[in-house]
Amino acid sequence: MKAVRFALRSFGRELRSGEVVVLLLSVALAVAALTAVGFLTDRIGKSVARQANEVLAADIRLRSPEPIPLQWRQAAEAHNLRTAETQTFPSVIFAGDESSLTTVKGVSEEYPLRGHVRISDRLFTEQYEVDRIPEPGTVWADGALMARLGISVGDAVSVGEVDLKVAAVLTYRPDQSIGFASLAPSILVNLADMPRTGLINEGSRVGYALLVAGEEDAVNAFYAAVEKSLPDSVRVRNREDSSGRAGAAADRAERFLSLTAVISVLLSAVAIAMSARRFAHRRMDTVALMKSLGASQRFIITAASVQIVLLGVLGVIIGCVVGFSAERLITSMLADLFQSDLPDPGLAPVALGSAAALILVIGFALPALVQLRNTPPLRVLRHDAIPPPPSRIFVAGSSLLAVAALLYSIIGDGLMLVIVLGGMLVISGCLYIVGRGLVVLIGRSRGGVGIAWRYGLANVARRGRDSAVQIVAFGLGLTVLLLLTFVRTELLESWQQSLDEDAPNQFLINIQPQERDSIAAIFEAAGITAPGFVPLVRARMSTINGEDVKTREYPAEDGRWMANREANLSWATTLGDSNELIEGEWWEPDYQGPPLVSVEEDAALEMGVGLGDQLNFMIAGQEVELTISSLRRINWNSFQPNFFMVLSPGALDDYPVTFVASLKIDKQQKDVLLTLVRAHPTVSVIDLDAILEQVRSIIDKASLAVQAVFVFTLAAGIAVLFAAVQSTIDERRFESAMLRALGVRRRTVLAGVLTEFAALGFAAGLLASAGASILAFIIAVNLFELEYNFSPALWFAGLLGGTVLVCVSGFLAARGAINAPPIDVLRAA
Amino acid sequence: MSNNSPAAAAVLAAVNVTKVVTSPEGDLTILSDISFSVEKGASIAVVGPSGAGKSTLLALLAGLDLPTSGKVWLDGHCLTDLDEDGRAAARARSVGFVFQAFHLVPSLNALENVMLPLELADKDAPRDRAMTILAQVGLQDRWSHYPAQLSGGEKQRVAIARAFAAEPAVLFADEPTGNLDARTGDKIMNIMFELNNNRSTTLVLVTHDTTLAERCDREIGLDAGLLVTDSRAVA
Ligand SMILES: Nc1ncnc2c1ncn2[C@@H]1O[C@H](COP(=O)(O)OP(=O)(O)OP(=O)(O)O)[C@@H](O)[C@H]1O
Ligand SMILES: [Mg+2]
Repeated sequence: MKAVRFALRSFGRELRSGEVVVLLLSVALAVAALTAVGFLTDRIGKSVARQANEVLAADIRLRSPEPIPLQWRQAAEAHNLRTAETQTFPSVIFAGDESSLTTVKGVSEEYPLRGHVRISDRLFTEQYEVDRIPEPGTVWADGALMARLGISVGDAVSVGEVDLKVAAVLTYRPDQSIGFASLAPSILVNLADMPRTGLINEGSRVGYALLVAGEEDAVNAFYAAVEKSLPDSVRVRNREDSSGRAGAAADRAERFLSLTAVISVLLSAVAIAMSARRFAHRRMDTVALMKSLGASQRFIITAASVQIVLLGVLGVIIGCVVGFSAERLITSMLADLFQSDLPDPGLAPVALGSAAALILVIGFALPALVQLRNTPPLRVLRHDAIPPPPSRIFVAGSSLLAVAALLYSIIGDGLMLVIVLGGMLVISGCLYIVGRGLVVLIGRSRGGVGIAWRYGLANVARRGRDSAVQIVAFGLGLTVLLLLTFVRTELLESWQQSLDEDAPNQFLINIQPQERDSIAAIFEAAGITAPGFVPLVRARMSTINGEDVKTREYPAEDGRWMANREANLSWATTLGDSNELIEGEWWEPDYQGPPLVSVEEDAALEMGVGLGDQLNFMIAGQEVELTISSLRRINWNSFQPNFFMVLSPGALDDYPVTFVASLKIDKQQKDVLLTLVRAHPTVSVIDLDAILEQVRSIIDKASLAVQAVFVFTLAAGIAVLFAAVQSTIDERRFESAMLRALGVRRRTVLAGVLTEFAALGFAAGLLASAGASILAFIIAVNLFELEYNFSPALWFAGLLGGTVLVCVSGFLAARGAINAPPIDVLRAA
Repeated sequence: MSNNSPAAAAVLAAVNVTKVVTSPEGDLTILSDISFSVEKGASIAVVGPSGAGKSTLLALLAGLDLPTSGKVWLDGHCLTDLDEDGRAAARARSVGFVFQAFHLVPSLNALENVMLPLELADKDAPRDRAMTILAQVGLQDRWSHYPAQLSGGEKQRVAIARAFAAEPAVLFADEPTGNLDARTGDKIMNIMFELNNNRSTTLVLVTHDTTLAERCDREIGLDAGLLVTDSRAVA
């Protein structure tokens, strides 16, 4: 009790000392990084969970490429279930001269069965829930679409052959894709208007869906009743399926972000350990005095712990506030990626942040506190009496335990924990060795050039261990920032350069055989070479070597997906330009024998098939047997229409076929697309330029958000620097006073200190530039299969940024020591 | 209380105290076989050249450190038989300190510094007592000031107030005027002797100052770790 009173009484003034501030900030930083990420992922997770219930707008959804038979609906109604129908297809819609690829969704009166549609009366005004659907003759359109078309509420859009009036802005519908997945904005149309568009016909890509909702038992009974009669082409989804997938994606994002936050947390931990050491050191005199006045060891440790815990609590509060604001900032940057408002975050991250702070403070500050407790009271008479340093095993053990506990709370998997922890130890070990090497190099280069230079570089070398830690800590923070800033743009550029100049930028899909001539004529009239038309037949794989594709074993889960999805088959007489034969033989152009198939190599690998294997497909109710005669590698960057399965000529002659085509159209020629789509409304035009642009903006925004998280890493690096400078401040003060007493000018002392930090910063920049380049190289070559050119801009930014940042923060941290009047310092010593 | 010890009658006693430290150059005997006792209320000066072992002896007498061999008795307790917390408790009960370098807690104000030993010794009304004694050293108006805001002499007065606050049996002072000018030093010592007389505290004063030593009842001389003179023994 006495101890607590003492601790509280002196706390206010303790807050003024440098190491306490650094300690406080380090705790706050760690908490901020964790809570920012925690709040963010919590909100995204909640939104995923909320949408999982709504994402189908129903309890169960049957989706079919064919119109929904009346019996299904009747079966549902027989079970006392509510039903609704939707028809969805992609189409280009128009407003005047503007056009945009759009998801057109026709819905019946009852839609949606779960969740609510939200609309607003005007762009960017308050949204509200509605329990109705657009009146016939009107549509509700996405804000993004309206912006793209340059229209507002009240204007008309052409959907196929009809003009429909935009009656409201569609801000949310339950079954919209979450976040990044859907690129095309959508419009909601009354189902009654759909036939009038003329876009619903044989071969058009309409997805028909029956939505069903009601009592859980009834839903299950209904499904059991219809399950047998459903054709293979019908896809059934219930709530569990959809929440599982979205949940897994959110989970992955959460882990990635949390691990990035962990880097900042670990750096903060280093700063905490350093400033706790200093905290203990500064209090030794007071502790010795307290002991001489009769304070027990328990008193000492209690008082110190109370102060550290108070610091921790303060740090947690500051950290939570900062983390919360950072999260707000990040979500506002990401705003247009999430098509709906995110739910407010819960308080769970605060608990995680506080627990983490506690773990860090205990693990990293405890050794220093224990040492403090052992301060000999003799110190009041002999200033050189210091407590024995804490054992290395104790220090390493308690900090390692803290890191492990922290990581476990984030990773939640023992094996992963061992791997990550092991990896971190190895990496930090290597980095530390590199840091030490740099320090040695700096020490070597101090010959000649004046007092300031020698004094500065000697300082770096003398505090070898701390210098190395600072270089590594700062270097790490800088690495991740460089990686995101430069490498992202470089990778995008390098990817775009790898694309062919003449690579097609427009895809035409869903072309009926009889439309080919007229489409070719339209392009030729506009002075554009008519594209080649590539045939496409939709099919579903039934067996592989006689085994059912549903029950078969696959080497990779992707293989199962590949075999079970609806496949697009094509045929060709010759091997396409962007294809390379890997194994087997291509067929003769006039091949007439039993049907053969050439399979893309990765698909073959994932499905576990090879030359000579038998693939059976169901096409329009008939089974076709194919033998694999070759494997191909495809250059997807060519942007040519390519297929996993290409068949020998003649094999698909008797089946319904549509064609796809790709071509390059310059900006000023884009009008031809309008003519095309007006003449052939069921043909879908996919504008790759627009999609690329959108992908680019998504990547930009997402990486900006991640970058915001990494700013914490840099800040933690700065905290380490401050902590390190703090721990040398007495020494620096004394040295500076000595030098000045000897007649060295203040300017020279300052120059020396700046030289020291410049050297540290330069080394950190070197480490960061090298690290970012190597990581970028690995990412480019292994992940994206791109060439990577080492970029001078990155090195320039790394070296300059490192030097300037460290110089400025170092100067701020050390300026008190430089400016102290020599007499004061020397007298106190 | 242990009565059958030869030193039990005295408030402070050293019995065959020897202190040996190990250094890289080998063992070093700082104090060898020191024995003496001090009765309650006496004031005793410890003198001797620099490095003689005065501060070391003071540390051993106050239980700040343990002798290599020998025993120290303080206010009826054998310090050398107690563990660190036991010795701390004994100090809280019976000992006050005044140091050459003042040693105030920088994050506490003058009043709070004086209250510390009172609270550690569980005395009641610590604030009132502290205020009273601050007034006796003439600093009642400065009670809310922090050490950094006080002059050297003022700091030492706070330290003296703190040393006397818990009414210790023995007050140890290691060159209390060493960091002060002569005039201030005199003033400080006057306060100290006055408080000493009023409260019949036993005073152990380490000093280089012969006039100061002469103001004490008794003088012990150390040289190179040996007890060389004792004014009482001579008298
Ligand atoms: N722990 C130790 N290790 C090594 N040497 C020590 C230790 N403690 C004391 N000494 C040495 O013992 C000797 C006596 O020291 P002490 O501080 O007691 O002298 P002092 O009489 O108080 O001197 P001064 O008048 O200068 O204060 C000195 O030479 C000192 O260096
Ligand atoms: Mg001394």
